[in-house]
Amino acid sequence: MESPGRLAELLDERAYLADDGLATAAFLALRMGRPLLLEGEAGVGKTELARTLAAVLGAPLIRLQCYEGLDASQALYDWDFARQLLHLKAAEAGGITDAARLEGEVYDRRFLIARPLLKAIETQPAVLLIDEVDRADVEFEAILLEVLSDFAISVPELGTIRAERPPVVVLTSNRTREVHDALKRRCLYHWLEHPSFEREVAILRRRLPACSESLAEQVAKATARLRETDLIKPPGIAETLDWTEALLTLGARELDPDVAAATLGALLKHREDHEAVLGNGFFGDLRR
Amino acid sequence: MVAVMTGFARTLRAAGVPADHERTQNFLRALSHLDAARPDDAYWAGRFTLCASADDLPRYDRVFRAYFGGLRAGRAKPAAITVVRHTAALAGDRGESGDGPVPAATASAVEVLRNRDVARMTGAELAEVHRLLALLRTGREQRRSRRFQPSHRGRLDSRATIREALRRGGETARLRYRTHRTRPRRVVLLVDVSGSMTPYADTLLRLGHALVRSEPRATEVFSTGTRLTRLTAELRHRDPATAMNAVSRAIPDWSGGTRLGEELRRFLSLNDAGGAVVVIASDGWERGDVSLLGAEMARLSRTAHRVIWVNPHKGQKGYQPLTAGMRVALPYVDDFVAGHSLAAFEELARLLGGANA
Repeated sequence: MESPGRLAELLDERAYLADDGLATAAFLALRMGRPLLLEGEAGVGKTELARTLAAVLGAPLIRLQCYEGLDASQALYDWDFARQLLHLKAAEAGGITDAARLEGEVYDRRFLIARPLLKAIETQPAVLLIDEVDRADVEFEAILLEVLSDFAISVPELGTIRAERPPVVVLTSNRTREVHDALKRRCLYHWLEHPSFEREVAILRRRLPACSESLAEQVAKATARLRETDLIKPPGIAETLDWTEALLTLGARELDPDVAAATLGALLKHREDHEAVLGNGFFGDLRR
Repeated sequence: MVAVMTGFARTLRAAGVPADHERTQNFLRALSHLDAARPDDAYWAGRFTLCASADDLPRYDRVFRAYFGGLRAGRAKPAAITVVRHTAALAGDRGESGDGPVPAATASAVEVLRNRDVARMTGAELAEVHRLLALLRTGREQRRSRRFQPSHRGRLDSRATIREALRRGGETARLRYRTHRTRPRRVVLLVDVSGSMTPYADTLLRLGHALVRSEPRATEVFSTGTRLTRLTAELRHRDPATAMNAVSRAIPDWSGGTRLGEELRRFLSLNDAGGAVVVIASDGWERGDVSLLGAEMARLSRTAHRVIWVNPHKGQKGYQPLTAGMRVALPYVDDFVAGHSLAAFEELARLLGGANA
């Protein structure tokens, strides 16, 4: 891959339209071997970039979904207790009591369950997606920082497992809280915006070939206006795609108020937002 | 080229973007992979490496334009921020007692002071209350932590069991157990610093200082009014006077209006209130849209572990929650308490420790 432009073409081949900034960010992440931290509102295509990047590189996507309470045994590795115990029982039955030997056997790599971070370090090549890092506890960021600095995980009973070739890492955050500065420093930081009108039309056409130019334009115009409205959760590109698909499924050629209202659930996910949009007759003046 | 680029980083730093040495090195490294002569590439490489947050982007754009747009900014100073200092309009200084030394407070004097409304105190009395407030230490409700500790009950501790079996030469005789440790639950204090709260805001922020000092890692304090401002860092100073000085510099909207609904919305969109005990200290004198306040309170009550509303006026005899803002907010409040005297603050501290109202 010689330039950001070339990467954009490759992403485009897999129906992901990246603008100049995002293509450059991804290009640098690959070239510099640094994690890419994508921040932005939900549904602007952060997760999808990781998925498409994996397809472009022909590498498996390894995903770590973050949540409150996520801990090392879920993110790094865990020992397979049941099999360890079975092994000990079998040894006991066989009359083996040499503690040193048993210890070596029980803490063998085959009894270690690799969770996403370890799996990513052991897989070459790999794309590691650390999704919604802002949802994990602040303490968990310390674990992440360690892994992303050295691309090595140390297992006390086994030693250090190091990546021969570090995985490509994409972190996403919806910015429900600030990610710790030390972690940000490790990463290339990119703030993703909602796509421009032209880009959104292009994305809709590219992802949903059945969608006509005029429907795509009407949908993009309506969503762009909704994003300006004071909603609890403005629709992202993911929601726009869902909505358009719903419209197409109902055989709509044009965005008229009735079909728009009937399919609104694909676009807006809060009751208050539905009421706000339907209440002020948002779709009433669509045709103008 | 390197000199031009480091100069750019330095200008950014002067403008308040955290473009320090390490970030500058990353910037140069990124540029080496791109076409540094192309303004677009320089723009993006700098944005990815020198900025740390979406908040930095407008400043970054401004400096980039100034620096590379021919109009070299030279030493760009950060835009001047007009700081409205808090003119302590604390009522009560009626001249008769002045600010003389506080006589050694006897037990009963402290008792009287504890129940007095801070808005009606003399400067000396208030200083004494602030001194006592600084000594206030609050407990916290506990939440389950993700870490474990050995225990006699709870979940099987597979690691310890295997270790134990190995010590016994492979004999799996004894099972070990572990339970989650507990951690203090986070407290978020939002102090209304608008005009109508002027007699109380200073004391409430000092309460914030006591809370931060009690549990520095599990407390967040914000001022609200028209501009939500995070004050936690300022309040970490050990000395109350230093902390309060830092706070008064940080708050841009002392004694302004109140748009609690909007502020709460902003707070909820930028911060994670999940699992926290959220304390709102305000008289509910909402100047903005009351229905928005209601909707945001509803959202807050769904996100937070517990919502406590502190209203200084509640301590007055015959108080009724009549302000429109207070009325829409109350259905979503778990505890509605007074906040006008030292005794009221001690009661609040008790609530934060997990007691019931």
